This record gives sequence, structure tokens and C-alpha cells, in this order.
Amino acid sequence: MEINETVLKEEERIAFILRSLYRQYGFLQYKMSKFEEYDLYANCRDFLVSDNIITFTDTNGKLMALKPDVTLSIVRSTRDIPGYVNKVFYNENVYRVSHGSHAFKEIMQVGLECIGAIDDYNIFETVLLAVKSLSAISSEHILSLSHLNIISSLLAELGLDKEEQKQAVRLIGNKNMHEFKKFCEEVQVKRNESAARSIDEVINILMLNDEPSKVIEILESKGCDVKAVNELKALTSMLNAAGEGERIVIDFSVVSDLSYYNGIVFKGYIKGVPESVLSGGQYDALLKKMEKSQKAVGFAVYMDFLERYFEKDEPYELDAVIKYDEDTDRRYLFNAVQVALNKGLKVTAQKEISDKLRYKTLYRIDEYGALKEVSNA
Amino acid sequence: MLNIALPKGRLGEKVYEMFEKAGYDCPSIHEKNRKLIFENKEKDICFFWVKPSDVNIYVERGAADIGVAGKDILLEYEPDVYELVDLDIGKCMMAEAARNGYIDQIQRTKRVATKFENIARNYYASIGRDIDIIHLNGSIELAPILGLSDVIVDIVETGTTLKENDLAVVEKIVDISARLIANKSSYEFKKAQINAIADALREQTEQRKEKA
Repeated sequence: MEINETVLKEEERIAFILRSLYRQYGFLQYKMSKFEEYDLYANCRDFLVSDNIITFTDTNGKLMALKPDVTLSIVRSTRDIPGYVNKVFYNENVYRVSHGSHAFKEIMQVGLECIGAIDDYNIFETVLLAVKSLSAISSEHILSLSHLNIISSLLAELGLDKEEQKQAVRLIGNKNMHEFKKFCEEVQVKRNESAARSIDEVINILMLNDEPSKVIEILESKGCDVKAVNELKALTSMLNAAGEGERIVIDFSVVSDLSYYNGIVFKGYIKGVPESVLSGGQYDALLKKMEKSQKAVGFAVYMDFLERYFEKDEPYELDAVIKYDEDTDRRYLFNAVQVALNKGLKVTAQKEISDKLRYKTLYRIDEYGALKEVSNA
Repeated sequence: MLNIALPKGRLGEKVYEMFEKAGYDCPSIHEKNRKLIFENKEKDICFFWVKPSDVNIYVERGAADIGVAGKDILLEYEPDVYELVDLDIGKCMMAEAARNGYIDQIQRTKRVATKFENIARNYYASIGRDIDIIHLNGSIELAPILGLSDVIVDIVETGTTLKENDLAVVEKIVDISARLIANKSSYEFKKAQINAIADALREQTEQRKEKA
């Protein structure tokens, strides 16, 4: 039987497109079990988007968790083969507390991870697939790109230590420059040291949000972390060459926890969806924490936002309802249903009709077995 | 069209004046009627009044692209939004207050009455104090007077209410003022317009500070 594409919900259709896209680029599908041992998550709680986890005790007394995340399981199960890059994608439901409602929610997540001997090409390919994923959802998308090393070297130039940098990064993530300024001033007063760069200059750099070439030019003229700026430059010029550079901006408010992420990080937005629908980056520090020597880069697309985005108010659930009664010849009824099906209609045969049912046309079957229209909305 | 959520009440009116001064006016807002939404098609903006504690929800969920919310609301609900400008109006503080002569009994769990549960929890966790939160929706000052709680955590503007009820501030927790917030996705798609508004409001704030 052929699949009629119209029965697919838009987010299901997109999930199929994304899966075949990742498959084409040589990623293998990773299937994980619904439950994982709680310990896996407990050790890396901060890595998770929310630290609330649904747990239960298994029959053998082990504390299990309903998976809140896919990346950690993938990292754990990846074997370290020198020089090789494991490329996997997944399409899984995860269970997290949603930000707005403070209640657990099932979220469909599609994403991919590259783990192993990651080089600049793998990072480029991952960002390219992120852009292509956004294009598959809507032409009106933006990928915001940032480099965490640029941010941390700017913060180090202001004299902030590792712990203070973490606090500052939170403020940068909210573009909250008034409190950022206050915070840095307090730190500098406490230290009584002169900083390598003025706070205002750093704020001007952090507030940049523009196409990559313009931002990179400013970063170069300001003498920001040369290695990181060159990485950004090489990445964005490769994306341009691939014809996917148009809808990319550099924005330093794309930040992630510095204890897990490093280097390139990014977020994707779709016009009309209030939250970011895609998020990813390099997370070598997580692997180090899990005592692995590999590097990693990946991203996830959150499909739950898409449900509302693609929601169309359809006037009818069904095209046709065929009303019959006890006396109706069942062969006539079956024929009538077939006739409707052959016309490509969504049809149901009913003896009574619920007033909740929204349908376009009501039919009955006459004594010769022919369909007769009773009403048409 | 840029949707702007303003908090109902005195603060909202002050905020609207700032928008007006910055050239983002909407004359129909002064008409006396029960309309909820005010549009200025020429400026491509649309204002609406909402309950002050709801502004963050409208902005976070994208029904409003930008809005003005008190820092108290932002700290309490921690919405995932950009906080672009400290407007330096609606200034007050979040403080711990108690009856005059109150002595903190550190060997006992401190009973804290408040409307701002999250702020109180975070504050006492940061100083390592064991507390019992009593969530109240109003007339918080009554709690220590009737012995319902040891202290309260609440907004203190002038301190008059506290004084009249024989209460006093024990510790300031954080300064509060109105902030311009923006939806993160809207910002990406309407950044020219949002940045222009943010810059204009920031400039007014700076000028006001310089005068003072």
C-alpha cells in the first residue's frame, strides 16, 4: 500500500525529510531504550536542559530514568576508534519539564551527533546540516552562530575568573548588558586590577548581531582571539561556498554552559515560532567529564514547537459520512464506501451521527445502492 | 507590526510616555474607551495593556515582541527572554523585613511569608539559611504581626507601609526597576526595529540619570 502523504502531520513529514537528509550524509540511526539508569544523568545534571527527571525503581532495585536527553546515552555508547568519527542521528521522544508550565512533557526531538576525531570539516558539515534542517522547516529561518572561545577570552581580558565567567555568560545570554557592566565593574573594583580591555568595548563586541563578514571584520580590527576568529571565518566562508551562508548571523548571546560546551555554538529560529527550534555546538568538555578523549559536535531540533506552527484549522475532519440503517444492504454499503474512497475522500459509514463530528457531505444509500447527497456544508 | 506589551497602571503610563517621547506614539491610546489594543499603522507598532505580572508571559510566548516588566517579575518567573534596557523607572527594592526589634534565631527554621517564592528561595539558598516558605497573595505585612511568619520578603518602595505597621527592612535582597524585554525569536527577525526602540529608550534613561 502506498503512503498517502496527506495523512502525515507536518511535523511527521519534516521528521522524515530530516532523517533522510542525515542518512544521505552518512549518519546512522541511533535507537535508544526508553529507560536509562539514573546514574548516567545524575553525574551530568547541569548538561541537561532541565534537571527534573522522571525516575522509578526497576524490578531489580535499580533506579531508572525516563530519558530526558539523548546526547548523554550516545556519548556513553560510542566506542573510541582512533582517527574515526562516529556519526549518528536520532528521532526520539524525551521527557522534560517544560519551561512555561513547570510540568513534564513529552518532546519529539530529532538530531545528530558526531563523536570522535572531530576536525573543522566535521564542524562545517554539522552546521551545514543544521541550516539545511531549518530550510526543510521553513524558508524564513535564521541560524545564529557564536564562538565561545571569543567570549571567554574577552571575559578573561576583563579579569573575570572561571566562576565569574559562568555568571557573566548567563547575562550575555539574556543580552543583559546593564547588569553585565555592573557585575564586571564590581569584580574589577574587588580585584583592583586594570583590565586589558574596557568594559564598554567588550559590550559593543558582545552586542554585535549581523552577517558574518561584517562581524568578523570588526572582531579582527579589535584584535579578538585570533584562532577563534579564524575558525569562524573559515566556517562561514565554507557555508557561503556551499550556498547556505545567506541566513546566518553571528550573535554572541548564543551561549551555553562553559563547563560542557566550547568553540562553535549555534541556535536556529523560525519566523513565527517564539522559541529557538534548533540548538547545538561543540561539547568536548562533556566528553572529558565522562572520561573520554574524543571530541564532539551535534545539534537537536525540537519538534514540539512545530506542532503549533503548522497547525491548520481545518473546517472538516471528514469529507463524507454515509448514513445507513438496519435495512441497508451491507454489500451496497461497502460499494458506496469504495466509491467514495476511489474519489480520494475521507469517509465513514455511520448509523447515527455525533453532533461533534465535522463533515462536508452527508450521503445516504437509495434502494438501488446509489449514493444520494442529503446535505452539503 | 511590532507588538508591545505594557504593564497596566502608573508604571505603564510612565513607560508609554517614554515610548511617545522616543517617537513611538499611538494617539488613540489617550481616547477614553475600553479598547485593549492600540495600533499605529504608520509606525508599524501596536500597544496593549496587560497585568504587570503577565508581561513576561506575553513576551516569552511571542504574543508580544517586546514589553516592559519589573525586575521582580523577571527574577520570580525567570522567563527565557532578552533583557535589553534597564529603564531606571519604577525603582524599588526586594527586601527582607520584620517587626522592629526582630532577632534572627539561627538555630530555628526561618518562616518567610512572601508572594515571591522563587526569589526568596534563591536568596536564602545563596546564604545557606533553612527556611519555611509561606506563600501569600497580598497583605504580606500582616504575617509577622500575627506571628504567621518571622519575616517577609516583599517589594519596598518608600517604606511607609512597613513603618506604619511597626516593621523595618532587615536586609536588601536586590534592586528592582522596569526593564525592556524582548522575545528571542522576534529579536532575530525584527532586530532593526527593536534595536532602534531599545537605543532610544536607553538614551532617555542616560539623559535622566545625567540630570539627576
